[in-house]
Amino acid sequence: MKLEALQGLVHKTRDARRQQTIPKFPPNERDTLIKKYHPDSRENAYRPIKFGPNAGELTVRELAALLEGDSPVPADLDLTPTYSVDVLVIGGGGAGSAAALHAHAHGAKVLLATKLRLGDSNTVMAQGGIQIAITSEDSPVQHFLDTLKGGHMKNDHTLLKTMVEEGPSIAKWLLDLGVLFDRDPDGNLHVKKGGGSSKPRLLTCSDYTGLEIMRVLKDEVLNQQIQLLEFSAAVELLSDGDGTCTGAILQDLDNKRFVVVAAKAVILATGGIGRLHIQGFPTSNHYGATGDALPMAYRIGAKLLQIDTFQYHPTGAVHPEQLVGALVTEGIRSEGGHLVNANGERFVNELDTRDVVSSSIIRECEEGRGVRTTTGRLGVWLDTPLLDIEHGPGTLEKHFPAMVRQFKRYGLDITKDPVLIYPTLHYQNGGVQIDVNGESGVRHLFVAGEASGGLHGRNRLMGNSLLDLMVFGKRAGTTAAERAKAMKHGKLTLQHLARFRAEARKHSGALAVRSPMLFPDYVRKE
Amino acid sequence: MDVKEFDKNVAIDQDEALRPKMVTVEIAGKKHEVPEGITVIKALWYTGQEVIRGAGCLGGYCGACATYYRTKDDPKVRTCLACSTAVEDGMSFTMVPPFPARKATYQLSELKDPKQDLFNLYPETPLCRNCNACTEACPQGIDVRDGVWRAVFGDFKAVSEMFMDCVMCGLCVPVCIADIAPNLVAVYASRAQGAFFTEKPKRLHERIEEIRQGKYDQEWDKILTMNEQQIKDVCAAIK
Repeated sequence: MKLEALQGLVHKTRDARRQQTIPKFPPNERDTLIKKYHPDSRENAYRPIKFGPNAGELTVRELAALLEGDSPVPADLDLTPTYSVDVLVIGGGGAGSAAALHAHAHGAKVLLATKLRLGDSNTVMAQGGIQIAITSEDSPVQHFLDTLKGGHMKNDHTLLKTMVEEGPSIAKWLLDLGVLFDRDPDGNLHVKKGGGSSKPRLLTCSDYTGLEIMRVLKDEVLNQQIQLLEFSAAVELLSDGDGTCTGAILQDLDNKRFVVVAAKAVILATGGIGRLHIQGFPTSNHYGATGDALPMAYRIGAKLLQIDTFQYHPTGAVHPEQLVGALVTEGIRSEGGHLVNANGERFVNELDTRDVVSSSIIRECEEGRGVRTTTGRLGVWLDTPLLDIEHGPGTLEKHFPAMVRQFKRYGLDITKDPVLIYPTLHYQNGGVQIDVNGESGVRHLFVAGEASGGLHGRNRLMGNSLLDLMVFGKRAGTTAAERAKAMKHGKLTLQHLARFRAEARKHSGALAVRSPMLFPDYVRKE
Repeated sequence: MDVKEFDKNVAIDQDEALRPKMVTVEIAGKKHEVPEGITVIKALWYTGQEVIRGAGCLGGYCGACATYYRTKDDPKVRTCLACSTAVEDGMSFTMVPPFPARKATYQLSELKDPKQDLFNLYPETPLCRNCNACTEACPQGIDVRDGVWRAVFGDFKAVSEMFMDCVMCGLCVPVCIADIAPNLVAVYASRAQGAFFTEKPKRLHERIEEIRQGKYDQEWDKILTMNEQQIKDVCAAIK
């Protein structure tokens, strides 16, 4: 049967489904569901890390190999610096740009290095919005509690309180830079409700929130004439031999040469790990999302946190094939879109947390209630036309122009027909352990954004990543700049790397791959 | 119904579907066989080419993969994003290298009259000769030419709305015979619209003030001194 024919059931059952309310799972059922179906619960996908700061702890095999992998940097590299700066920011997405702008504003000489172009990141793709508690029915405390609940109570309280409290001032900063958030008729910022949140608190720029923010930040980095090195990937950190970070080694991707940077502080803002395709999952992430911060920070001695938990966004496209893994924004579910199995039934409260919704979709597919695509993939329906029926014609076009456009390119009209979705690897919940200023366990080494860990617990709420990277990009940038004022450059050595390699040689299978990975290998070889 | 039987019912002639039909495309002047329907960027990977300059978000948002293409027997050269366009038989394409457009630098907060300042920062803007090439070049379907004129006439609000979809691929720039960079003009106009001509949101400023004055301090003390079970109960009670 053709997909077009199978869609018929979604149209046919729509009216009956609209009468239904699906309750959220009670806590114990929710835990059972996650334990049985969430990819984080698949034991054979995990193994203990053999050595280093997280020795013995479990993580996914793909990441473990990179953490135990070898640096491309030769032990005898000439460490005469090409650049000497106060603050080196590694990564040119939201966190890196925010960190660079704040460090610059605090008087630091900043160098921003990124392996693709400034702005090429996951931030630019963020569709859902940024969570900030601004309405009178809402409060930072409520934001804190919602996030804690969503994170299975495993969030770092101090980081989380800092994030929610600084949210409103971040919104002001972005507005002052010219970011155009959606407004209510009275001029106040419009808020939408996101999955797992008890109050509407998502600020949005239609479904281009990340694009709008990134466009502005990028423009501002250029306006401030912050020194920029594009197509320059960080491959190793430098230390003074005494556990303090003193710079980094970049690799110029055009000529493959190593570039040594001396820095009083280094801020890692390299984003997440989607392109590792953990457990074979497709991903919503950008091309460079290979978790570069993790092996680099690990080798210099920083402790990682909650690297056994990842977010699989419930609604990644599975059809057409060209869009596999691409995100269908949660906003569609926020505005009432139903998830529908092959029998035309709803099976989960669509606004439950992402881990719950993803687990339930996997359950439907594993129990034979999924729909098979032409290319053999399984998925369930997301009833998009329902939005226009529920809220009036033109709703999708107006609220989700990016989504409508994305499918239209392949001849699919989501205002008329539902789309097929399946969970896609979306976010690294954990990362490098940081303090409230974004500093890792290694002195003068800061981490901001998705690369850091602790804030989101074991599941991130929609809209919290944009806020996370703004708040901790700012704090890392500001702290690094202030600190740089009162200090000199440290000694540049690779002693940490020598120690790491010596330790690795005691373990069979270590140093087997080069890390950081930098890019996924999609090039076909024959 | 067991899983196997179910699959048989809904699967669509899978053997056939999984065997890709090959098509011939021309990449930067050279012919290659690639599976039909894969994206342009996947066709590059498929033919063994490493792409670093030209791959970004892979989701149609970052504008890194601007590409010129032509379909079989059609003289018209079109533009697309390589990550979001499927190949077809007889298609020719080449990725567009970065174009050295001039971006004006400015301190947004120091602008006195942003609508007038446009002519100092981008003096070429009013020299548009209405050729409409920019609009035709836009893979996002933005009426770029109209946007440029609206910027000139000071309707920054319209510009900001029209260019919300702009992924900054820059395909509108090399085609401009007046050397305008419409995407950069639009970013400027949109930012000025946001920073200068949009109402200050009252409620947000009230919230910032409330936090500053410690309105939530008591509540925080209560929450943060709870034991694990107490805070778990509070969270469990959230609707």
